[in-house]
Amino acid sequence: MTGKMKEKTIRVGYLARVEGEGALHLRLKGDEVAEVRLEIFEPPRFFEALLRGRGYAEVPDITARICGICPIAYQMGSIQAMESLFGLQVTGPLRDLRRLIYCGEWIESHVLHVAMLHAPDFLGYEDSIRMARDKPELAETVRMALRLKKLGNEILRVVGGREVHPVNLRVGGFYRVPARSELAPLRAELDWGLEAAQRLVSWTAGFQFPEFERDYEFVALRHADEYPIAEGRIVSSGGLDIGLTEYDETFREEQVPHSNALHSVIVGRGPYHVGPLARYNLNRDRLSPLVREAAEAAGLGEVVRNPFRSVIVRSLEALLAVEEAIRIIDRYEMPDRSVVDYEVRPGVGYGCTEAPRGICYHRYTIDSAGLVADAKIVPPTSQNQKTIEDDLRGFVPRYLDLPEDQLVWQCEQAVRNYDPCISCATHFLKLEIEREPAGPEVG
Amino acid sequence: MKIDKKTRPKLAVWKFSSCDGCQLSLLDCEDELLALTDQIEIANFPEASRAVVKGPYDLSLVEGSITTSHDAERIQEVRRVSKHLVTIGACATAGGIQALRNFTDVRELIPLVYARPEYISTLGSSTPISSHVLVDFELNGCPINKAQLVEVISAFLHGRKPVTPGHSVCIECKRRGNVCVTVVRGEPCLGPLVHAGCGAICPSYNRGCYGCFGPMETPNPAALSAMWLAGGMATDEVVRRLRGFTAAAEPFRKESERHDR
Repeated sequence: MTGKMKEKTIRVGYLARVEGEGALHLRLKGDEVAEVRLEIFEPPRFFEALLRGRGYAEVPDITARICGICPIAYQMGSIQAMESLFGLQVTGPLRDLRRLIYCGEWIESHVLHVAMLHAPDFLGYEDSIRMARDKPELAETVRMALRLKKLGNEILRVVGGREVHPVNLRVGGFYRVPARSELAPLRAELDWGLEAAQRLVSWTAGFQFPEFERDYEFVALRHADEYPIAEGRIVSSGGLDIGLTEYDETFREEQVPHSNALHSVIVGRGPYHVGPLARYNLNRDRLSPLVREAAEAAGLGEVVRNPFRSVIVRSLEALLAVEEAIRIIDRYEMPDRSVVDYEVRPGVGYGCTEAPRGICYHRYTIDSAGLVADAKIVPPTSQNQKTIEDDLRGFVPRYLDLPEDQLVWQCEQAVRNYDPCISCATHFLKLEIEREPAGPEVG
Repeated sequence: MKIDKKTRPKLAVWKFSSCDGCQLSLLDCEDELLALTDQIEIANFPEASRAVVKGPYDLSLVEGSITTSHDAERIQEVRRVSKHLVTIGACATAGGIQALRNFTDVRELIPLVYARPEYISTLGSSTPISSHVLVDFELNGCPINKAQLVEVISAFLHGRKPVTPGHSVCIECKRRGNVCVTVVRGEPCLGPLVHAGCGAICPSYNRGCYGCFGPMETPNPAALSAMWLAGGMATDEVVRRLRGFTAAAEPFRKESERHDR
C-alpha cells in the first residue's frame, strides 16, 4: 500500500457454504467498488467434450455427474433434448413420475440451502450445526429441516433408486416404474412435510433483510398451466418469450480470464437473473391457493426484487413441491409400461428445465449411429455469475463502515443469495476485497 | 462411547475435482448428523461451515481427483495436516468420469468448451489421490453409500478397520433376490467385475450395473468382454461400457485399451 492511491483488497480465499470451489475478489476505491471478480477455480472437467462419441442413452447418466446436488436437472435436460429430437412425448403417469422425482430434488436442494447454508448468515452463525447447538428452538428447526430434506431425498430414492445420481431415469421413461404401494409410505410423511414447509416459510419470513433491490431482467420457464419445473417456454420480465430452439441466438456465453465458468448474457441486453425469484415473479399466477396464501402471509408481493428474500421463495417452492408430490401420488396409477417406444434419429435436440438454481439448458447433436457429435450445457450458476458480481457492485458501498470481517461476511451472504453451485458452473468461490482511497478529496 | 467435547477428534473434508455428491452424502446423513457432531468436531468443511479450526486433523475425508498442478501441491499439504486420510468416491479413488481425458489429448478438449484456451490451466490426466500421497482407506462409489460413510467414520472413532466387503455386485443381487438381468434378458451388466457397496441398485431397477463402485478385488474383465463380443456387441460399445465413472481404474483401463485399436 503506497501513497494517496493505495489500494485496499479484501479477499475471501475460499467461499464457504456453497457447492464447489470459488473465491471473491473486491477492489475498493474510496467508497466505490472498482472491481468485483467472482473467481471460479473449480477445475474444469470438460463434460461437453467428453460426451462426444458416447451413445445417446448414456448421456443422462454422465450429465448427472455434473452436480451431486441437482443430478435430476442434468438428467432431465438431456432426456428432454433426446426426446424432442426423436419426436417422442412422455405423458400420463410417466410424466407425473418425472415431476415427482424433480419435486424431490427441489425439496432436498432448497431445504439444504435454506436451513444449512443460508439461514446461518441471517442469524449470525458460522454454520447450522453451531446454530442448532446455541438454542433449543433453533435445534428444533434444524431437526425439522433435516427431516424435510430427508423426505425430498426419500422421493429420489424410491423413484430413482438413490439420493445422489439416481439410476432409474432414461430416454422414453424409466427402467422400472414403482407400484402404488411403493409410493404409499411417502404419503404420511408428506402430510407432515406440508406443515413443516409452511413453518420453514414463516421462519425465513421473520429474518432481517438488508434493504437492497435491483431492476433485474428475470428469466424463467413458463408452462401453459403448471408452475414450471421440467418444461416450458423461456420467458423474461423484459418481454422475452421464446422456444428452446431460439436459446442460442438469444443468449451468449462469454469467457473471462478469472473464471473457469463461462458468463452468460442476453444478446444486446446484458446480464440476467435465473432461479427461485425469477420463477416466482414470472409464474405467480401458477401458484396453488395454499402456496399463494403462504406467500402473502410471508409478505411476498407481486414481484420480489430483493435477492436476500430468495431464502423465503426457496422455502415457498419447497412447500409447492411437497404439495405437488402429494397431488401426484394421490392420483398415481402404475402404468403398464415403463418406457415409450421411439426410433433414434440423427439431428439436433434441445432441452431446458428449472434446476433448483434456475434454468439449465442442453443442446445435443446426435449422429446416424446414435452417438453424440456435439453437446452444449448451460448451468444456472454461470447464467447468474455476472448478476452476482453486479449485486456486489451495488451492495458493498453501503456497508463500507462495517468492520472488515463483517463486510466480508455480508459479501458472502450476498453471493449465497444465489445458492451458487460452482461444481455445476465448474466449481470454488473465494472473497478478496481491495480498498483504495478515491483520491485526496475523499481522503 | 461418550467422547469428551474438548478432546473430540477433528474431522476435515477436502474437495478436489468432483461434483460435490460424496461430501453431500455426509449432509445427507440426516438422522446421524447431529449425533455425529457430538462425537467428532467438524473442524474444516467449507461446504457446510465458514468456520475453520486449525489442523492437524485426526480424520480427513478427501473428495475429487487431481487435475491441476495447483491441486497436486494442495493434496501434499492436506496429507501433511492429516493423521488419517480417507478418499471418498470414484473421483478420489479412481479419477472419476473426468479421467476420460486420460484416453485423449486434453489440448484437443479445451477448445471444445472454452473459446480462450489460454485462460485454462489443467493437467493432461485426472488421477486418484493414491497416485499422489499415501491413502489410509479408500471408499468407493459414484456416489459413495452413506451407510458405508457412517461405517468408515465410526470405525475410525473406535480404532478398527471399516467393514466394506470387496466381493462383486453379483453377491448383492443374490442377497436381494434379484433375477439376473444378463441371464434372463441378455442385458449387459458390469456387476461380475464391480465392487459391492451400492446394494445392487441398477439390477433392482431392471438395468445392468454400470460400474459406479469400481473394480472388485480380483476381477476378470477379459471373460466378461469376451462374452459381450460373442453376444454380438460391437467393439466400440465394449470400450464405452468399460469406460464409465471408474474408467481409469487399472483393470478397466487395461481391458478397454486392449479393445481400443
